[in-house]
Amino acid sequence: MAEQTLRQWLLTDTPTSRRHAKLSALYQGWLSFRGNTMAMIGLWILVALVAIAAAAPLISPHDPFVQDLGNRLAPLGTDGHILGTDSLGRDILSRLIYGSRITLYIVALVALIAPIAGLLVGTVSGYVGGWVDVVLMRITDIFLAFPRLVLALAFVAALGAGIENAVLAISLTAWPPYARIARAETLTIRSADYISAIQLQGAGAMRIITRHIWPLCISSLIVRVTLDMAGIILAAAGLGFLGLGAQPPSPEWGAMISEGRRFILDHWWVATMPGLAIFTVSLAFNLLGDGLRDVLDPKGGE
Amino acid sequence: MTMLEIDALNVWFGHGRDRVDAVKAASFSVARGESFGLVGESGSGKSTILRAVAGLARNWSGRMAVDGAALTAKRPRSFYKTVQMVFQDPYASLHPRHSVDQVLGETLHLHGFADIDARVVKLLEDVGLGQKFRFRYPHQLSGGQRQRVAIARALAPEPDLLLLDEPTSALDVSVQAEILNLLVDLRRDRGLTYVMVSHDLSVVGHMCERLAVMKDGQIVEVMGVEALRRNAATHPYSRSLLEASL
Repeated sequence: MAEQTLRQWLLTDTPTSRRHAKLSALYQGWLSFRGNTMAMIGLWILVALVAIAAAAPLISPHDPFVQDLGNRLAPLGTDGHILGTDSLGRDILSRLIYGSRITLYIVALVALIAPIAGLLVGTVSGYVGGWVDVVLMRITDIFLAFPRLVLALAFVAALGAGIENAVLAISLTAWPPYARIARAETLTIRSADYISAIQLQGAGAMRIITRHIWPLCISSLIVRVTLDMAGIILAAAGLGFLGLGAQPPSPEWGAMISEGRRFILDHWWVATMPGLAIFTVSLAFNLLGDGLRDVLDPKGGE
Repeated sequence: MTMLEIDALNVWFGHGRDRVDAVKAASFSVARGESFGLVGESGSGKSTILRAVAGLARNWSGRMAVDGAALTAKRPRSFYKTVQMVFQDPYASLHPRHSVDQVLGETLHLHGFADIDARVVKLLEDVGLGQKFRFRYPHQLSGGQRQRVAIARALAPEPDLLLLDEPTSALDVSVQAEILNLLVDLRRDRGLTYVMVSHDLSVVGHMCERLAVMKDGQIVEVMGVEALRRNAATHPYSRSLLEASL
């Protein structure tokens, strides 16, 4: 099939099969996403991050854990150490490259746990209503009432320091806003005619929630997740900075800033480089989130 | 043979001081194969009667019976194989993320049909939509096409009684006529019973054999459509409604 006809095939108004209709909808979403330059920049940064994390052993110039005390705190542009070395003489660039794996690990785990828990609680609460709604929403309120980092600190203190516990703590504090969003969406969807129509086919609550309400909630949740990612990376970095997240010698970006803090006046690059990495990735997630909102929001488009 | 019997039906929303009585002591019956109209101004409770019959308005008292079987608060699955409803606004009654194929396929699946593919094709033919509409999403359809899909969905379980809640009021005049003719044809071919809500007397005159005039939640008069044509309403409110629509 020639390229021009493939494009026409994807953009047709009269799809001929289930797969065709799905692909066509996906392609049209991609076209409108591609039109947003800032979102594409965000996407490319994140694609680059994933590529770097995947290829870390191949592209990092040094072992991130090998110490070289004779060459400690080398400045930027030192021969063989483009971004300098830290207080133990470890190559900062290599540590940043390996640290991207930890960042992605945190982001992926939190993005899997928090929105799904929030979606489940919010949609059940909104659709079932009554005392189920009251109980679930008061639990949500309790979690919302604590400042996020303080609650995460309490969890980490109780469970012990470490990257898995930090992820768990962040997820436990991150789900309530998703539950609120999902519940608000569900309340507007619940009384729609198309929900009445499927009730008239004898569909049960479980089917209605998972097949009819979730698809409409997920787009706003995805947008919210990408916008929250920056905050999650910062929270993980904050826990690392406080010594409650990733433990040395792990090259987690927040922990690297924490180590570099002692030398920040004389050797600024030790703390600044991981800070720039956090900034770049957070910005990329924000840009991506903005672009996704334009594509996914069913009220906005066209 | 009565298909639908309604006796002293009350429907209300809210409770305590917020209680609103939408339908008060409504009684009428619809014979099998008949087409019955409910007319009245906005807020007169005509749509609420349909929603109560369909089980969507849960607070009601009185007696409702479909095909001789009294209705209870919880409807069994078999009820939905007998009674189906077409909603007023075709822009709100189709799930925005489900294609026509998904809408009809899921309905057929829920009613336990095995030959879903063949039935989807057949349903689309029956409502005058071709194969090419099968995999479209609602935003790729016009208002009239959407209402045809909604009618196909209501026909999928092969019901006997179809509740029509102002099925054409959200459509253009030319499209209205097409949908009304489609409904007339479907009733003739399948021997359906219709209960149709409308505020448009000419639509009811075209579609129905008998009609009830409603005001403030009460049925003020039940008359035959020939009385409507002869302008022979007896109740002063129905007279004024008739005069207003002439």
